[in-house]
Amino acid sequence: MLRLLNLELQKLLLNRSSRVLIFISFVLPFFVILLSSLKINVFGLFTLELGELGVFNFPIIWHLTTFFASQFKFFFAIVVVSMIGNEYSNKTIKQNLIDGLSKKEFIMSKFYTIVFFSLISTVLIFFITLSIGLYYSSYTEASIIFTDISYIMAYFVKLVGFFSLCLFFGMLVKRSAFALAFLFILFIVEWILYAILSSNINSDMAERIQNFFPLKSMYKLIDQPFQRITMSKFPDKSAMTYDYAVHSYEIIIVLCWTALFVFLSYKLLKNRDL
Amino acid sequence: METILNIKNITKKYGSLTAVKNLSFTIEKGHVYGILGPNGSGKSTTLGIVLNVVNKTEGEFSWFNGSVSTHEALKKVGAIIERPNFYPYMTAVQNLKLVCKIKGVSFNKIDEKLEIVGLLDRKDSKFSAFSLGMKQRLAIASALLNDPEILILDEPTNGLDPKGIHQIREIIKQIAVNGTTILLASHLLDEVEKVCSHVVVLRKGVKLYAGRVDAITSSHGFFEVQSNDDTEMIKLLENNPSFGDIKVQNNLVTAFLKEPMKSEDFNKLMFENNIILTHLVQRKESLEEQFLQLTDHQ
Repeated sequence: MLRLLNLELQKLLLNRSSRVLIFISFVLPFFVILLSSLKINVFGLFTLELGELGVFNFPIIWHLTTFFASQFKFFFAIVVVSMIGNEYSNKTIKQNLIDGLSKKEFIMSKFYTIVFFSLISTVLIFFITLSIGLYYSSYTEASIIFTDISYIMAYFVKLVGFFSLCLFFGMLVKRSAFALAFLFILFIVEWILYAILSSNINSDMAERIQNFFPLKSMYKLIDQPFQRITMSKFPDKSAMTYDYAVHSYEIIIVLCWTALFVFLSYKLLKNRDL
Repeated sequence: METILNIKNITKKYGSLTAVKNLSFTIEKGHVYGILGPNGSGKSTTLGIVLNVVNKTEGEFSWFNGSVSTHEALKKVGAIIERPNFYPYMTAVQNLKLVCKIKGVSFNKIDEKLEIVGLLDRKDSKFSAFSLGMKQRLAIASALLNDPEILILDEPTNGLDPKGIHQIREIIKQIAVNGTTILLASHLLDEVEKVCSHVVVLRKGVKLYAGRVDAITSSHGFFEVQSNDDTEMIKLLENNPSFGDIKVQNNLVTAFLKEPMKSEDFNKLMFENNIILTHLVQRKESLEEQFLQLTDHQ
């Protein structure tokens, strides 16, 4: 396993553009979160300090940071599709197989890399959130701090799932740009299906079905936190309540998709003549 | 004798097109094999199948008597397919290190192999900065990294300039001298003739011949002669049962043998019939002529 990871890391880290993209996708979100936690003086007019709003309180901070950080996953998605696209355009996939890498090992080396970077990202966000939280939060009891720790788990699963989807699209179309276009098409298709379902049945049922779709199920892992933040300000408005928790069935759905995408990627490669 | 590769009844279909049809042959250790055939005869497809990049439609093949799985066996094989494929943004050494990691061998052979192909002084240049000849030489270095049991080369001199072709051939000869088994696919016949002891001839995916190069046709060669009296000589040759076709071109008479005959016997025969030869050469058909005969007849 380490051999396969080591192989893929060499391919990625020696390539300048993937190095830059990896840097952006991992460092930028944390930088943004760090910056936003500072006092910002907007042109001397007023001072913006998000910490004052209570958004950095435990346990809500877990929700907020993982939600924002996961928006930056798109940069690493480019890395994932290009690491497949490049293998095809350089024909190095062929050479790798000739040199004695099995098709299974080839896919697994990509998957391990995805897991590796997702893990790094998860660990990073854990520590950054923990330190910002400890600095700003009004509550610092261990039981409160670790209340919503499930968001960290959800963040990891979300990244692995999304990148596995990118891996599959990369293997399917062999070209990075088309693979990214496919992601966008899938996004549209999911909403079109939702529209068709909701006009035929009802929107409630349609949404429940949509929650099983690949992109939506990944999004659903970490729901948007804004409503929750507003809610925390106005606890009496029960109309605004929504289900923002990370449910184990949501994680299971995404894990199933992940397994399916990796398996399909392998099947594709196995049946393909290079 | 140790068998390296055994191919049995391999068939590959691309839709309605049959690229390789029921092909069988065996590669024994220590020989230099050539796979001959015009473009599109199924050479690369066959190599692709045994190298795990093309899926066979039917048939079986086994490496090293089937003792290991294909991808494990490929770690003991060195192969170059058509075009050198490396990561353009890595240097020569970085590319070779990657191959070492895949094959599971140590890095200490890298400099030695770069030396063999004459790229040691360019080892830290990016692959994208290499000329085609250098890329092909790097590919050979990469194929040699694991001191392979067999070296597989698919059109190794394709697209190279004469100097590049010469360099690659010298390297191949050097490797062959060291006793490495080589399988060379090419449509360049003189290339195969110069280095191979055995050939497999393919046309449209069908095997026409497999065996030693010198036994490719049952021909006994031919004499090229001139004499003081060509008309008399031709008459004599046509009546002699040892000879088949007689051709005259530019005052040079070519007589094809039906059975073995030594040149001194031929000379004696002519002299006894009062014909004095002014020119006598005994030759066998070149591989090219044999190859054309073989492919035309079927």
